[in-house]
Amino acid sequence: MYPENFRYTKEHEWVLAEGDSATVGITDHAQEELGDIVYVDLPKVGSRVEQGKSLGSVESVKAVSDIYSPVSGEVTEVNSTLADSPEKLNEDPHGAAWLVKIRLSAPGELQNLMTASDYQTYVGAEK
Amino acid sequence: MRYLPKSESERRQMLEACGVSSPEELFAHLPEAVRLKRPLDLAPGISEYEIVQYFRDRAAENANGYASLLGAGVYHHYRPVLVDTVVARGEFLTSYTPYQAEIAQGTLTTIFEFQTMICQLTGMDVANASMYDGSTAVPEAAMMAVRATGKGRVLIANSVHPEYREVLRTYAKNQGMPVEEFGYVPEAGTIDLEELDKKMDDLTAAVIVQSPNFFGIVDQVKAAAEIAHKRGALLVVIFTEAVSLGILEPPADADIVAGELQSFAISPCYGGPFAGIIATKEKFIRQMPGRLVGQTTDSRGNRAFCLTLSTREQHIRREKATSNICTNQALIALMATVFMTVYGKQGLRELAVQNLAKAHYLAGKLKPRFCGKFFNEFVVKLDGQSPDDFNRALLKKKIIGGLPLGRFYPELADSMLVCATEMSRRADLDAVAEIFARSTVEVMA
Amino acid sequence: MITKVRSHISPNESLLFERSSPGKMAYQLPDLDVPPVDAAEALGADNVRGEIEGFPEVSEVEAIRHFTRLSTWNYAIDYGMYPLGSCTMKYNPRINELVARTEGLAWAHPYQPEALSQGCMEVMARVEAALAEITGMDAVTLQPAAGAHGELTGILLVRALLQQRGNPRKKILIPDSAHGTNPATAAIAGYAIENIPSSETGVLDVSALERIVTGDVAALMVTNPNTLGVFEENIIHAAEILHAKGAMLYMDGANMNALVGIARPGDFGVDVMHLNLHKTFSTPHGGGGPGAGPVAVKKVLEPFLPTPRLKRSGKRWAYDYKRKHSIGRVKAFYGNFGVLVRALAYILAHGGPGLRNATVDAVLNAVYIRKQLEPYFDLPYSQPNMHEVVFSDDRQAKLGVRTGEIAKRLIDYGFHPYTVSFPLIVHGALMIEPTETEGKMELDQFIDSMISIAREVESDPQLVKNAPHGTRTSKVDEVTAARKPVLRWKG
Repeated sequence: MYPENFRYTKEHEWVLAEGDSATVGITDHAQEELGDIVYVDLPKVGSRVEQGKSLGSVESVKAVSDIYSPVSGEVTEVNSTLADSPEKLNEDPHGAAWLVKIRLSAPGELQNLMTASDYQTYVGAEK
Repeated sequence: MRYLPKSESERRQMLEACGVSSPEELFAHLPEAVRLKRPLDLAPGISEYEIVQYFRDRAAENANGYASLLGAGVYHHYRPVLVDTVVARGEFLTSYTPYQAEIAQGTLTTIFEFQTMICQLTGMDVANASMYDGSTAVPEAAMMAVRATGKGRVLIANSVHPEYREVLRTYAKNQGMPVEEFGYVPEAGTIDLEELDKKMDDLTAAVIVQSPNFFGIVDQVKAAAEIAHKRGALLVVIFTEAVSLGILEPPADADIVAGELQSFAISPCYGGPFAGIIATKEKFIRQMPGRLVGQTTDSRGNRAFCLTLSTREQHIRREKATSNICTNQALIALMATVFMTVYGKQGLRELAVQNLAKAHYLAGKLKPRFCGKFFNEFVVKLDGQSPDDFNRALLKKKIIGGLPLGRFYPELADSMLVCATEMSRRADLDAVAEIFARSTVEVMA
Repeated sequence: MITKVRSHISPNESLLFERSSPGKMAYQLPDLDVPPVDAAEALGADNVRGEIEGFPEVSEVEAIRHFTRLSTWNYAIDYGMYPLGSCTMKYNPRINELVARTEGLAWAHPYQPEALSQGCMEVMARVEAALAEITGMDAVTLQPAAGAHGELTGILLVRALLQQRGNPRKKILIPDSAHGTNPATAAIAGYAIENIPSSETGVLDVSALERIVTGDVAALMVTNPNTLGVFEENIIHAAEILHAKGAMLYMDGANMNALVGIARPGDFGVDVMHLNLHKTFSTPHGGGGPGAGPVAVKKVLEPFLPTPRLKRSGKRWAYDYKRKHSIGRVKAFYGNFGVLVRALAYILAHGGPGLRNATVDAVLNAVYIRKQLEPYFDLPYSQPNMHEVVFSDDRQAKLGVRTGEIAKRLIDYGFHPYTVSFPLIVHGALMIEPTETEGKMELDQFIDSMISIAREVESDPQLVKNAPHGTRTSKVDEVTAARKPVLRWKG
C-alpha cells in the first residue's frame, strides 16, 4: 500500500527523492482521515520551505489540516490540477495528486524520515 | 411565569427523577464562595401592559413627529409593510443559524437571494451573508486586503464616515496595520487625488474611499482605482446610503465593496442593529470573512442551499480564521431582501431618483458648500450664525436640522450636513429654506 | 416511535429571479411634490447606472407567497425545542418585538439632539445597570454588536490596561474546550494563543495554569460553566493565580443562563466578560443574527471602555466623548439599540426573582435530560452538570454510528439536532441545552426520541446513518458546494 521508495513523516506526508529534487504529497491515511477534500492551498513556485514547517493546507468541508514539509528547499513546481480537481487527492494521493516538487537544500534530512514499513506500523498503531 | 412551561407538579416529578428533593440541591455542588447570597437587586417582573407602557414612556421622551434633515450614515426611508410581515413569521424570527441545511432551506434560500442582489447592485462577483454593520465592514475589508496582497498599510480618505474611520483605527492599532488618511479638495468635496498619489507606496494593501462620500458627494472611484492598482494595492469602496445604488453606477473598479444596508427597510433604531456587507471579485473569495451560502443539490437531486467555504471561519480555523465573526445579521438582511423585492428593478431606481429630486430641490434653496455632484446629502455653509443656532430655529418648527460638521471636521465648523429623502415633505423643505433665507438676509442687513 | 411529526405536503418555490417578469411591481411611490430632476444632469452622465440587471420584478402577492413558502421550510423555536448546547435557544417573547417597534424608539436617529434622545439613553442606562447587577461587575459597555465583537472589545480592554502598566504582554491562554471565536478573537487582538489543556475531569487544570502563567500572559479566556456544562470549581483559585502574575481573567458569558441570580462572575474573580443578549436574554436569533455582546468590567478597566459613555448631567443623560484612555470605538453609534430594547423587555418581564427562577428551570431541565439519557449514551465526565449536558458517541461509535448521524436521525423525530462534535475535548460530542422555556412534555418527547434512536443504532444502524429520511430536502452535498462554490444566481 505504501510505496517502498517513499519516505514518510509522522504528520502523514510522503516524499520521493530523486537526486537533489523531491516530490511531496500526503499519504492515503491522511486523505482518508480528512474525508472528501474540497481545497488545497499550496505555496508559490520559488518559495522556501523548511522541514517540519507548514507549506500549505488541505481542507475538507469541516476541517483544515496543515501540510508540513518533510524536507527543506525551494519549491520548483506546484501541482496545478488540484485547483480544479481537489478530489484527486482522495483518489490518488501517492501518484497523480502529488503536491509540490522541491529542490532539496539538505538531502541528509531524508534519513530522519520513516520507511514504508515503519510508516505502515505507525498508522497501524495509531488506529 | 408565562415563559416557563412547567406546572408545580411537573417540576416535582422532574426533581424526583433527578434524585433531588428541592431545586436548591441542583446547585449544591457550587463552591460556597461563589454563591450569590442575596436576591438580585432588580424589581419584580411586570405585566405585558406595564412593559408596553414603560417603553411608550421612554419613546415619549424622544423626538416624536419631527421632520428631519439628518443623514450621515443613517437614513429615513419608508419601510414597506411587507418587511415586518415577513420577519414577524416565527420561522424566520425564531430560527437558528442554518447549520442544519435540511431544515433551514427557508433561511438559506433567502440568504442566497440576498447575496445575489448585492452582487447585482454593486457589480461584484460574490457577496457575503452580511457583517454587523457598515462601520465594522471597513476593518474587515482592510484585513481582507492585507491577507490578499501580503502588504500591511492602509490609506483611507478622510471623507469616509468619521465613525467608520474610528472603528478602523481601533482594529488597526492591534493588528500592527498603519493607517494614514488623505484629504478632500475644498471646492469639489471629492478626494484629493494628488495627495493620494503622493502618499501611495508599494507597501499599501488598500486604498479606502467612500462614494457617495460622507459629504454626500459622488467621488472619484475610477481615478482612485488607477492610483491604487498602479502600485499593487486593492481599492475598497464604501457606501453608507444603499439607495444610491439604485441610480449610481456601481463601483466596478473596486476590488472590495463594503457598506451599510440600513436604508433598505431597517429602522434607524438609534444606531442599530443594522447590516453591513462585503462584496468582492471572484479571486478574493477565500479571503472573505463572514458566512457564505452556496448552491448545491441534495441526495435526491433537488436544488438546495447550504453554508459553505466554512473553513475560512472561526469555528474551524480558530486563530487562523479570516475573522472572529460568528453572526451574520440574518434577520436584518432579510428585511433588506424583502425591501429589495418590493421595490425591485424599477422601484429602486425610481426611489433613488425621488431622493435625488428632493435633495436637489432643497439644495436649490440653500447654499451647497461643495460643487461636486451629490446624491441625497450635501453640505451647507451657514453665514453669520452657527449651525447650532440654525438648528435651534428649525427645532421651533419641529424640524431636526442637519449634522453640524464641526465635531468631525474643524475646518467645516460653519457648515452642516443635510439630507433629504423620499420621505421629506415639500412643506418642511420650504420651511427650512425660509429660515435659511431669513438668516442670510439678517446677516446681510 | 415517531410521535412529534408526520408527513405533509409542503410548497415548492423558485428563486425571486426565476419568478420575475419585466414590468411586474410590488411598490408604488407617491407623486413627487418637488420638481423632478434629470439624473444625468444632477450626477453626471458617467455616474448614472444602467438598469440593475437581474434584479427581481414581482408583484406584492408573489412576494408574500415567496417568503411565506420559504419560511415553511425552516425549523424554529416557535415549532419546538432546539437542544443546541451553548446556544440557549429559549423562547423569544413576542412583547419584545412589539416594544422594539415603538415609534419614538425605532425611528430615533443616533445623531438627533441629546435633549430629544433621553428616552433611548434612559433605556441604555437601565440595561447597563441591570447587566452590571446580574454580572456583579462595575461598568458595562453596550457598543459591541455580537458575542465575538464583545470578546474582541474585552481583550482590547485588557491590552489597553496592561499597556498603560508598561507591557501589553504577548499571549492569551485558551482552554482546549473553548468556542472557536475565542482564539480567533485573540488573534485579531494581536495576541498569540497558548492552549491550556483541561484536566481529566474536564475542568480547568489549576496546576497546569500555575506553571503556564508567566509575565508574558495577558489573560486567560474562560467559559463558566465550561463547554461541558460543568461549573469551573477552581475559578477563584485560577483568578488568584492570574492576578498574582498581573494577568487578567476574561469570561466568555455564553453560558450565563446557568448563573443568573445564582452566582455572579464579578464575585468569583472575573475582570472582564461579555454577554450574549441573543442567548441568555432571549433576543431572537433570526436565522443567524442580529445579536448584541455587551461587555462588563471591573472598575480598573472602566477608563478604557469604548467611547462615548453615558453620564448623568443634572437631571438628564449626556454622552461623554472626552475619554483619554478609551480604546476608541468598536462600532459606529452606540450599539444594537433595538436588541437592547428586547433584552430589557425580557429583564422587566422576569424581574429579579423571575430571572433566578428561569435559571433554576434551565438547570433542572438539563439535569433531567442527563438522568434520563445516561443509561443510553456515554457521559465523558461525572461531575454535576448545570444548564447543558455533553454526552459522547462512544457507545454508538462501536456500532459504527457517529454523533453527526444520530443528530440527523433526530430530525426525522421532529427536533432540531443538538450541537454536534463540540467541544473538541470530547470524542464525538453530543451537546444538549434545553433552556428553561421547555416544558415536561417537550422534554419527554425529546428524551423518548433519543432513546429510540439509541435502540435503532443497535437494531438498524443504516436507518440512522442515512438519515434524515422525512425532510423535504435530503442530505445536502456540502462537498460539491465547497469544491465548486456557486454563491449567486446567474440566470
